[in-house]
Amino acid sequence: MKAKLKQRLKYTFLTLMLASAPSAFAGTVTIITSFPKELTQAYKSAFEKANPDIKLEILNKNTVSGIAYVRETPAGQRPEVFWASAPDAFEVLGAAGMLEKAGDISNPDVPDKIGSFPINDPSGLFLGQALAGYGIMYNTRFLKAKNLAEPKEWHDLLKPEWFGNVGMTSPSRSGTQHLTVETILQGEGWDEGWNTIIRMAGNSSALTERSFGVPDGINNGQFGAGPVIDFFGLSSKFSKFPVEFVYPETTAIVPANIGLISGAKNTEEGKKFIQFALGKEGQALLLKPEISRLPVLPYEKMENIPEGYPDPIKLAERSKVHFDTNLSQKRYYVVQSLFDQTITFRHKELQQATQAILDAEKKLGNNPNDKAKTLLDEAKKLAWSPLITADQALSDEIQAIFQGDKKDVQVSQKISKLQGEWNSQAEANYKKAIELAKQAGNA
Amino acid sequence: MTTINTRFPPGLTIIALLILAFLALFLVIPVITVFYIAFTDFDGSLTLGHFGAFFHQPLLKEAFYNSLYVAVMSVIFASLIAIPLAYFTVRFRFRGALIIQTLGVLPLIMPPFVGAVALQLIFGRSGTVNLLLQDWFNVSVPVMDGLNGVIFVESLHYFPFILLNLTVALRNIDGAMEEAALNMGAKGWRLFRRVIFPLALPGYVAGASLVFVKVFDDLGTPLVLGITNMLAPQAYLRITQVGLDDPLGYVISVLMIAFSILALWLSARVLKDKDFSTIQKGGNSLQQRTLNKTESLLAYGWIFLVLLLVLSPHIGVLLLSFATVWSYAPLPDGYTLSHYAAVFTHSNDMIINTLLYCSLAAGIDIVLGTAIAYLILRTRLPARRWLDWIASAALAVPGIVLAIGYLRTFRGLEIPGTDTMLTSTWIIIMLAYSVRRLPYALRSCIAALQQINISLEEAAASVGATRRRIIQRVVVPLMAGGILAGFVTSFITAAVELSATIMLVTRDSDAPMSYGIYLYMQSASGRGPGAALGVMAIVVVAIGTYISHLIVERNAMRTRPARTE
Repeated sequence: MKAKLKQRLKYTFLTLMLASAPSAFAGTVTIITSFPKELTQAYKSAFEKANPDIKLEILNKNTVSGIAYVRETPAGQRPEVFWASAPDAFEVLGAAGMLEKAGDISNPDVPDKIGSFPINDPSGLFLGQALAGYGIMYNTRFLKAKNLAEPKEWHDLLKPEWFGNVGMTSPSRSGTQHLTVETILQGEGWDEGWNTIIRMAGNSSALTERSFGVPDGINNGQFGAGPVIDFFGLSSKFSKFPVEFVYPETTAIVPANIGLISGAKNTEEGKKFIQFALGKEGQALLLKPEISRLPVLPYEKMENIPEGYPDPIKLAERSKVHFDTNLSQKRYYVVQSLFDQTITFRHKELQQATQAILDAEKKLGNNPNDKAKTLLDEAKKLAWSPLITADQALSDEIQAIFQGDKKDVQVSQKISKLQGEWNSQAEANYKKAIELAKQAGNA
Repeated sequence: MTTINTRFPPGLTIIALLILAFLALFLVIPVITVFYIAFTDFDGSLTLGHFGAFFHQPLLKEAFYNSLYVAVMSVIFASLIAIPLAYFTVRFRFRGALIIQTLGVLPLIMPPFVGAVALQLIFGRSGTVNLLLQDWFNVSVPVMDGLNGVIFVESLHYFPFILLNLTVALRNIDGAMEEAALNMGAKGWRLFRRVIFPLALPGYVAGASLVFVKVFDDLGTPLVLGITNMLAPQAYLRITQVGLDDPLGYVISVLMIAFSILALWLSARVLKDKDFSTIQKGGNSLQQRTLNKTESLLAYGWIFLVLLLVLSPHIGVLLLSFATVWSYAPLPDGYTLSHYAAVFTHSNDMIINTLLYCSLAAGIDIVLGTAIAYLILRTRLPARRWLDWIASAALAVPGIVLAIGYLRTFRGLEIPGTDTMLTSTWIIIMLAYSVRRLPYALRSCIAALQQINISLEEAAASVGATRRRIIQRVVVPLMAGGILAGFVTSFITAAVELSATIMLVTRDSDAPMSYGIYLYMQSASGRGPGAALGVMAIVVVAIGTYISHLIVERNAMRTRPARTE
């Protein structure tokens, strides 16, 4: 009797050990993704129902951690599918030879391009699975309480009444925020674009540490509005939060991608999942209220599009921006670094300068005298202009510093030096701007 | 006299060696690996270069100062809450003492990262309190902004450590000391500052250093509040994003261990040199007096305020778990049960995982704890104390550091007989839990064995029982209460552990509740289910705490007559 029990316990333990190693089962597809649980849960349930012999395992990691995970897992142990927003992540994986060509499993009904942006990677290494645009999310209750007009364009957030009511994050903390910043820079031009970004940051009450911090803060009313990726705004709205989301004219519609990782165990099953995600059923899941993403499949090929659901093709036609990925990639670290040194790390000074300028403007009214106007213009220029020009950002000198190997001590010292210069220059400019704005107010 | 005949009884020696092997494999070697990588160059030569690089990075330097600042400020605020409460209980005869005792347990049953979300909704920029304050007085208090938020959450959560330690220390003060001081004319504030507080200092320092260590190591709270410029989040981000080869992650780990050890060592030192409280036993304690009306109004006012603060995360999480939408309003718009339904349909696995991992971990802990206790107290094996020291050293190892050590030490190692890597299974999570909670179970087991009179075992031996049989039939049954209490303590503390979990979870289906709560909180529609899962975690921990309390009480009752010999 006792021996039998012991035997059974042993058996139970063995099964437990095996159960802990699900990838030992044939037909398990492991997906590494940065997408939230609502989305992965919906795909898991639907896919397993359609393919009862395949089990789906989700590894939830943010995009950068996901790349690190794939890189550090030996071939043969890797997950099958990589699924994330940022296109650069796929570029990195592709360049490291960790993606398998998947062009042959693309859905022929998906168009080649959205606006000027190719949906599927031209070399077939990864495929667009959903589309995402950038825009302004705002809390209607907050707006009502503070008597603010509903924003429609980025410029609406620069108005004086928005001071302290915007929430933003840094492009170094969030890949999607990087795309937003780059979209504004490309849509409005380098100088105008930085002016918009710096003033928006000046109006922000805080720069959150991660991208979800902005929509989360708008949902619970910490911020009135802020730039976010559309599905954060739309899914909150369709989950009945008192929020709205608008696409400004300066927006870019870009694909979120899916790719097949090389050196995985069950590549064939992995392909099946990708096909499912790109097919009619998988695309329809994107429309669920708690997911609210834009499908890559055109609406005439789908059914039951919810009332008022944005149409990416129309949005792309309306958009003024022709997003240039090469340009974005070339100045990727320069933009990040410039943002962090002059905005993130000097946010307090930027806020003070913005406040001083807005105060002076208010005091002077519509008809400032010449002296005051000159002083104020000077203050604005100091506070709200980028420290380097568009050409400088792409110049060989700066490119050499940022493209160098960061493990090299000399390179990292050069970067530190340049960043230190930007940082102190920004601080000096903001202080000077505050002084000038105060003089203008009294002139 | 004991029943030992040789210095090395073979059975016990083997057990001791097995325990040693377990501790070496899952505690000592991973920690040494972390140190090794932090101090070696890529070619294997010793270097301090990585530490130089650390202090050259402005972000990491900032993270280091922020962590220190948050830990110190949390100690200060926790002290501000705890010191008056402790003083009230000891000094005055009034009913509030009972409430204060309850106060000391309530925060501990909730993991701080769960409370953080709720506190954001109550005390955040547009939280309940600030909305009302703005409506009424047009002011707002930025308690949840940035680092303030972390300090606020941590001090509300950890002040009981100071409260409990300080209360004991105050109780132990010899009343004669106070009388002497009174005779010499010290009164009121001066009496407290110059006599009573210094005498209670060892207890205070013990509590304060514990708060410091806990806050310094906490990963969940800053992450949930979106703060990444502190050491623990930086270690997490560097290892997960830059990769396991990034030396800076290890440098941060070493710094975290160093500060943990420093704080614990400091408290041990202070306790050693300045333990006045037990010089004289049997004397009177401090005089207790009753409060007059104003005083008791003030005392109750303070207690009520603290109670409200302490309960606010609990209330907040409960509200959030039932709320339909809670946005820019003092209270949610409506209430629903759907979040609980969502958790039970989609996240049943997580609850089962938590129960499975934590029972296995606590099971390992009490087996090891009982064995180590027996080896220490009932054998003369050389160096047996070392087992205790090594096991207890786990206290100074932050969860995230242990996890990093595991990932690196067992990198690429496959479980024999399968082609699955150890680091991608839940076994590693369970092992991390058991190593980190072993000190708790061990203390409990040692205390239980100390209470058993050795004559009982000698009696059994004299009628011919073998040692094995004595352990089975006498020692373990008598220790049962203590062992059970140890099990429950290990279990409930492991159930809400996040910092090692978050590093070691590889797939969603292996995730325990604590990770699930964190994952849910990362999306707008996940806040409700996340809070519902949080409420369930709190219930599990609360029940566990109550059970262990009952066991300890019953045990104390049962063993009391036996001890009066």
